[in-house]
Amino acid sequence: MGDTMAVYGRLLAARIRGQWQYRTSFFVYLAAQFTITLLDFLVLLVIFTHVPRFAGWSLWEVALLYGLAGVSFRLADLVVSQVEYLPRHLLAGSFDRMLVRPLGALVQLSAEEFELRRVGTLAEALLVLGLAIAHVPVHWTWARVAVLVSSALSGAVIFACIWILGAAFTFLVVDGREFINAFTYGGNFLSQYPLQIYGTALRIILGIVVPIGFAAFFPVLYILGKPDPVTGVAVIRFLSPAVAAAMALLTRAAWRGAIRHHRSTGS
Amino acid sequence: MGGLRLYLEVARRGFRRFATYRAATVAGVSTNTVFGFVRAYILIALYHLRPHLGGLDLRQVVTYTFVTQGYLMPMALFGWTEIEERVRTGDIIGDLYRPVDFQGYWLALDVGRAAYQFLARGVPPVLVAALFFSLRLPTPGEWALVVVSSALGLAVSFGLRYLVNLTSFWLLDARGLSQMLVICEMFLGGIMIPITVFPHGLEAASRVLPFASVAYLPVEFFLGRHTGSDALATLGIQALWAVVLLGAGRIALGAVMRKLVVQGG
Repeated sequence: MGDTMAVYGRLLAARIRGQWQYRTSFFVYLAAQFTITLLDFLVLLVIFTHVPRFAGWSLWEVALLYGLAGVSFRLADLVVSQVEYLPRHLLAGSFDRMLVRPLGALVQLSAEEFELRRVGTLAEALLVLGLAIAHVPVHWTWARVAVLVSSALSGAVIFACIWILGAAFTFLVVDGREFINAFTYGGNFLSQYPLQIYGTALRIILGIVVPIGFAAFFPVLYILGKPDPVTGVAVIRFLSPAVAAAMALLTRAAWRGAIRHHRSTGS
Repeated sequence: MGGLRLYLEVARRGFRRFATYRAATVAGVSTNTVFGFVRAYILIALYHLRPHLGGLDLRQVVTYTFVTQGYLMPMALFGWTEIEERVRTGDIIGDLYRPVDFQGYWLALDVGRAAYQFLARGVPPVLVAALFFSLRLPTPGEWALVVVSSALGLAVSFGLRYLVNLTSFWLLDARGLSQMLVICEMFLGGIMIPITVFPHGLEAASRVLPFASVAYLPVEFFLGRHTGSDALATLGIQALWAVVLLGAGRIALGAVMRKLVVQGG
């Protein structure tokens, strides 16, 4: 484990040094990525020019949800979303090369396709979260801070698992990459608004079965002291770390199974 | 040279090139549709609080979300840097050698691509949505306006993308600029939220900027928002932008040809 992290660190450092050579290009991308993600927040602001509360939530309450979900998602995006490139490696045959190296394929994918410019989107989420924390009328107890931090981390694990499960799926359907986007990017988009606004099917499938509600919505209910309009089960607000752990176990099994059954294209 | 026939053949190739990837199309359609549902519910929640906001009713606004989802791929609203890539790799020299108008060739290819994506990526999200929601569909007369407005929208979309791609002859890397175009098209172009719910100044500005001409104005035709002289004026704005942008593209290519030096090979 220690060795793996050391090698991962060196690979990342090399990759970052490479990207740092094209500084103008890097900053243009960074600004573009920051702005593209900020558009979702602009839409939220436009909505709040017409209503004082949305689904019973104030602007900064929704912003807290948006920011927290965003931080989780963007952490996973920075470290794990690189598995999206798996189909390309499968088709080119370069995935086989990863399998014979003495380092996990996931670690290699994450390092090889790492894009430092994605910190631009993380910065946007942190900015909105920071503004929301400054504006929501919440009395910040240690318990609330603990739920906030554990929610960000659990959410990151949940989104990371969805990405890896999606990659495991593309072993079977090499062209299926865009299908996964419905759960990753679509999941992030859905998690920016209170879960009760969605139709029952969407709420259950994307909110609870694919447990995106646990990435931010349920913990935020606790932080804001709101009743749960979706499940009505009080304990659900604290289950995010447990859900994340269960997802991680499931994902580990699925990824290992996928690798075991993988047959190279031979190219 | 067989003028029109040549361009038709190029367009046909553009169509077939994208028609090859069936599984990818199904995957993409599902994702566009899921996003449509999420967007629809957000706007439904807003319209429950503020019915008739911006002059749209609930049915129109739900229709708006799925139709805009349908326009994403045909209008290449996630960006398009195909010419830029060929400039970066040097492959562009092959395109410039061809005994065919450079802009006309790429436009024909893009028309073929868009035609395929209208059928494969544009129609399905709206059909799926029709199973779950009551949609506001155009009358036969409105369909004609939708088709004309969409064709003009594609010309504007291509005009913008072509100009951005040509900057790569100077900048080498036009991907940043391409992302800036995506930002303008997505937000000021009324894809993320109808521009009728923007604050008034922003709405007025967005209506005259070229970005709304790409997909938002065609979608307004779809919703039956333009009739009579208003319809003509709206098509006029689109046509004006199409002419201005395609003309600017021709001038820009002339400037490129005067300075172009291709290295290696």
